[in-house]
Amino acid sequence: MYDFILERPTSLDAAVALLSDEDAQALGGGQTLIPTLKQRLAQPGRLVSLTAIPGIRGICRAEDGALCIGGTTPHGEVATGATAYPALADLAGNIGDPAVRSRGTIGGSLANNDPSACYPAAALASGATIVTNDRQIAADDYFQGMFTTALEEGEIITEVRFPVPEVANYQKFEQPASRFALVGVFVAKYPDGVRVAVTGASEEGVFRWTEAEAALSANFTADALDGLSAPADGMIGDLHGTPAYRAHLIGVLTKRAVAAAS
Amino acid sequence: MPKDGGIGASSKRREDVRFLTGQGNYTDDINIHGQAHAVFVRSQVAHGTLNGVDTADAAAMPGVLRVFTGADFEGVGSIPCGWQVTDRFGEVMQEPGHPVLAQGKVRHVGDPIAVVVAETYEQARDAAEAVVPDITDLPAVVDMKAALAEGAPKVHDDLTSNLCYDWGFVEDNRDAVDAAIRGAHHVTTLELVNQRLVANPMEPRVAIGDYAPGTGDSTLYTTSQNPHVIRLLMGAFVLGIPEHKLRVVAPDVGGGFGTKIFHYAEEAFCTFAAKALKRAVKWTSTRSEAFMSDAHGRDHVTKIELALDEQGQFLALRTDTHANMGAYLSTFAPSVPTWLHGTLMAGNYKTPLIYVNVKAVFTNTVPVDAYRGAGRPEATFQLERVIDKAAREMGIDPVDLRRRNFITEFPYATPVAVEYDTGDYNATLDKLLEIADVAGFSAREAESKARGKLRGLGLNCYIEACGIAPSNLVGQLGARAGLYESATVRVNATGGLVVMTGSHSHGQGHETSFPQVISEMIGIPEDMIEIVHGDTANAPMGMGTYGSRSLAVGGSAMVRATEKIIAKAKKIAAHLMEAAEGDIELKDGQFSVAGTDKSVAWGDVTLAAYVPHNYPLEDIEPGLEETAFYDPANFTYPSGAYACEVEVDPDTGKVTIERFAAADDFGNVVNPMIVDGQVHGGLAQGIGQALLEGCSYDSDGQLISGSYMDYAMPRADDVPFYSVDHSCQTPCTHNPLGVKGCGEAGAIGSPPAVVNAVVDALQRAGHSDITHIDMPLTPARVWSAMNG
Ligand SMILES: Cc1cc2nc3c(=O)[nH]c(=O)nc-3n(C[C@H](O)[C@H](O)[C@H](O)COP(=O)(O)OP(=O)(O)OC[C@H]3O[C@@H](n4cnc5c(N)ncnc54)[C@H](O)[C@@H]3O)c2cc1C
Repeated sequence: MYDFILERPTSLDAAVALLSDEDAQALGGGQTLIPTLKQRLAQPGRLVSLTAIPGIRGICRAEDGALCIGGTTPHGEVATGATAYPALADLAGNIGDPAVRSRGTIGGSLANNDPSACYPAAALASGATIVTNDRQIAADDYFQGMFTTALEEGEIITEVRFPVPEVANYQKFEQPASRFALVGVFVAKYPDGVRVAVTGASEEGVFRWTEAEAALSANFTADALDGLSAPADGMIGDLHGTPAYRAHLIGVLTKRAVAAAS
Repeated sequence: MPKDGGIGASSKRREDVRFLTGQGNYTDDINIHGQAHAVFVRSQVAHGTLNGVDTADAAAMPGVLRVFTGADFEGVGSIPCGWQVTDRFGEVMQEPGHPVLAQGKVRHVGDPIAVVVAETYEQARDAAEAVVPDITDLPAVVDMKAALAEGAPKVHDDLTSNLCYDWGFVEDNRDAVDAAIRGAHHVTTLELVNQRLVANPMEPRVAIGDYAPGTGDSTLYTTSQNPHVIRLLMGAFVLGIPEHKLRVVAPDVGGGFGTKIFHYAEEAFCTFAAKALKRAVKWTSTRSEAFMSDAHGRDHVTKIELALDEQGQFLALRTDTHANMGAYLSTFAPSVPTWLHGTLMAGNYKTPLIYVNVKAVFTNTVPVDAYRGAGRPEATFQLERVIDKAAREMGIDPVDLRRRNFITEFPYATPVAVEYDTGDYNATLDKLLEIADVAGFSAREAESKARGKLRGLGLNCYIEACGIAPSNLVGQLGARAGLYESATVRVNATGGLVVMTGSHSHGQGHETSFPQVISEMIGIPEDMIEIVHGDTANAPMGMGTYGSRSLAVGGSAMVRATEKIIAKAKKIAAHLMEAAEGDIELKDGQFSVAGTDKSVAWGDVTLAAYVPHNYPLEDIEPGLEETAFYDPANFTYPSGAYACEVEVDPDTGKVTIERFAAADDFGNVVNPMIVDGQVHGGLAQGIGQALLEGCSYDSDGQLISGSYMDYAMPRADDVPFYSVDHSCQTPCTHNPLGVKGCGEAGAIGSPPAVVNAVVDALQRAGHSDITHIDMPLTPARVWSAMNG
C-alpha cells in the first residue's frame, strides 16, 4: 500500500472535521478498504478510523421497537447480539469468516454497497433507516446502484435502525470462490406487507422484487410465488453464473426464504 | 498390534512441531544482511511488441539501486526446457527461447518486463509503477484450436507456427487402431476438457540471490522442490556459473504440487542481480503475481473413443488431445501430455490397441507444466469417464465392465510401452465396494430423494506410474536429465546419524518417514536419525521430489547407502569381537556373533570408527559415511479404486460430496498415518478440480480468475470425511522397500469419481441426455446442463 496517515478521533465531530479533507477516507473494520489499499487501487492520504468514537457501536432497541445497530458494530457482535431480529443475526453470522466478522462493520458494508454484499439486502428488505452524522436516510433512497449510495463525501453512518418484522429470513447462495452472495434474498414480513430484497444478482446492485412482494403480501406462502420469475435482463453474468441462472436463483431462494421465515 | 517405531508405524510427524508453532524456516524468513528488494514489472497485455522500456523516472526514485530490463540479459542464456519431445514424423519439437526478462515481445499477462531493485520493498514497488513499457498490442491467441488455424497470430515469430509438436503414440499402431474402431461392435466417444488449474501452494514463491565478492560464490535461496536441478539448469544454461561456485538452498517449503519443480526467471534474476549489485537481492511473490507467474497445470482438450465387442471387451482406444503449453516451454512441460500421459492410457485394462495423438500448442497464456499427477490425472479422467459412458450405453454395470477388462497377470506389458510389475485390481475394487458401502447406496438414495435431492454414485479405477524413473529409459524419451536419486548417510561417533538426501520434503513428511526405514534396518531409535535435505552443499546430487518418487527412489538410495554402512560396521564389529565377518548379525542395534553370546553395541562400533585405536586400519578406512546413487529399474505402479457419492440440488445445481472412499495399493507402507494424509490431501485437490477450480482467460488473454475472489479453492467444508484404505498391498518388485508412492493418487483418482457420480445422479433423475459435464462442476454448470 501507499503511505497514509492514520487518525483515530475520539469524537464524531472530530471525525467529521478530519473527513472534510478531500484526501481523507473513513476506515471502519478495514475488511474491504485494507485489501484495496494493499492492491494499491486507492491512495487516500489520511485514514480516519471510526472505531475509537464512543456511542456509535453496539445494539439497542428504540422506543418504537426498532433494532438500532451502531455504525461501527462488527458483524460478529450483530451475529450474537441481534437476538431480537434472528434473521439479521443469522445474516451477520454468515458474512466471511470469523476474522472478517470480528472487524468488518455494518456501516462499512452499507457505505461500500458491494453488489454481492449481504447487509444491503437486510437493510432494504427491512425498510431500515440509515442514520448519519447529518441526517436520516430511508433504505429505499439510500442504495443507488453498485458501490453507489446516497452518502455525501465524508458522511459517516452512525447507526442503522431496523424495524423488526413478524418473520424474516435471508437465503444466501454463495459464489464458490469468494463466498459472497452469488444471489442473496432477504424476505421480511411486516404487518403492512412483505418486502423482498435481492443482492448479488443485479447490475444495479441490491433491489426489491416488487412482484414477489405483492404476491407474498397477499399470501405469505412459497406457493404464492409459483409462476413468478425474475427477469434475466440486467442481471450479472460472469464466471460463476449467467444472468438466466441468477434470475432463476432469485425465485428459488425467495421460496426458500419464505418457507424458512421465522 | 500397531508398531510404535520403524516401518509400518504411524510415527508422529516430527517436522510439524516447528511448522505448527511458527518455527519453520521458509525462504521468506531468510533475510541477508544488506539485502535489497526486487519488484517485477509485468505485462498487463497478453501479446504485444515491446518497443522499449522507459526506466528513467523509476531509476531516479528514492532508494532505487538499479532498474533491469531485457537488455541487461543479452548474452545471458535462455531459461531451458528439460525435455525434448520428438513428434510423430521424427522431428524434434519446436522450442522457443525464453528470456529472463522480455526481449522484443511480451507473450502473456504476467510476462516479466523489468525489475526494480531498491533498498526497501516499498521503494521498489513505488518505482516499479514508474517504469513505462512501450508496448504495441498484438492480437492474442488463447484458444488452442484457434492458435493452430491458418494465419493465427504467432506467439513466437521465429517458429513456423504455434504447434510445439504433433505426437503420436504408438505411431505404428495408428492404422490398426483406426481399423479396429471402424469394425467394432460398439464405439463410445467422449469429448472433454481437463481444465487449467493454478497450483496455489500456501507459500508463494520466493527467491533470494546472494553473492560473495571475496570468493566469487553465488547462493540462491529458493522455494524449490529440487534445488540440485535448479543449480544445474540455472548454472549451466542461464547464468554460466559452474556447480562448485553456486549453491542452491531450498529450506522449508510450504507446498509445491509440481509448480515449484521448475526453474523460473525470478531465480535467475535474483542470482544475476546479486552479482551485478554485489548485494543480496530478495523477491517474494505476491499472491496476485503467483496467479500469473507460477506455472499452471492441466489444460487439455480431448476426444476419446473406446471400441468394445458385444461382451464389453475393450478392443481399441484412440485419443486426440490438444495440450496447452502456454507462452513458453516450462521445464518439464513437453513431457506431461506425452510420456506421462500417453503411457498411462491402458489404465488397469487389457486394451490391446491404443493410439494417442497429442498436439501441444503455444498460446498467450501462463506456461503450463506438471501439477500433482502430471499427465496421469488427464489419462485417468478421460479413460474412466469414457468407460462409464460405455457401460451406460451398453447397459453393462460399470463395475462389471471394468472387471471384465482388468489386467490380472503380472508383469504385464501394455501396448503403450510400460510394464506393470505387480498389482491386484480386483482386490482394491472389492475393498472399495466394502468400505464405500455400495450395497447401502439405494437406501441412501431414497433418503436423499425424500429431502428433494438427487443422489449419485460414481466409481472408477486408476493406475499411475510413479517413482520416475530409469535414467536410460527417460533419456531415450527425451529427458535431458537422469532421474536417479542420491543419499549420503553420515554416522557420527556416538552413533547418531544424518541422512543427506536429494529428495526434498515440502509437506510430505520425509523427516519422519525416512528415519523409520533406517531405524528398522539398524535397530536404533528414530530420534537418533536426522534427515537433511534442500541444500546442494549437503546432498551429493538430487533430482528432487515430484511424481511420488521420494520414498521409491530417494528412499531406495538411502537404503543402499545404509546397507553399505551396515556392511562396513559389521567389519568393524567382527574386528572388535575377533570373529569372522560372515558370522556377524545386526539386530536391535546390537552386533553379535552367531551362535555365541558375544556382542557389541551399535555405539561401540561407531565410536571405534572415529576413534580407531582398536581397528582394522590395514583393511578399512576410519569413519562411517557412505553414499549411494539409486537408479530405478522401472516405474512403480500404484493403483486403486475410488467411489464418490454426491447429492445434487435440482433447484440450484449445487453438488455436495456426501461420501468418498479410496482403496489404494501403494505396495508396502512405511507410515500409514502419513499415507492417509497424502491421500486426504490428494482427494481434496481432486475434488477441488472436479467441483471448484478453474483458471479462465478471456478472449484477449486477460486472466479473469486472478485472485481468490474468482478462483475457488476447496475448503474444509467442501470435502467429506474420507474412508481410505491401503491394506491391499502388492509390493513393488524392483525397489528394495517394495514401495510404490502415494503422493498423487488422490488427485489422480478422484476427479472421474466425482464427475461419474454427478452424471449418475442426473441420469437417475431422468436426464438421460446428460452424459458429461466439464469440470469444474459449478452449480451454474450443473444447473445449465439440467436446464438445456
Ligand atoms: C474474506 C472476506 C469475506 C467477506 N465475505 C463477505 C460476505 O460474505 N458478505 C458480505 O456482505 N461481506 C463480506 N465481506 C466484506 C465485509 O463484510 C466488510 O467488512 C464490509 O464490506 C466492509 O466493512 P468494513 O467495516 O470492513 O469497512 P472498511 O473496509 O473499513 O470500509 C469500506 C468502505 O466504507 C467506508 N466506511 C467504513 N465505515 C463507514 C461508516 N461508518 N460510515 C461511512 N463510511 C464508512 C470506508 O471509507 C470505505 O470506503 C468479506 C470480506 C472479506 C475480507
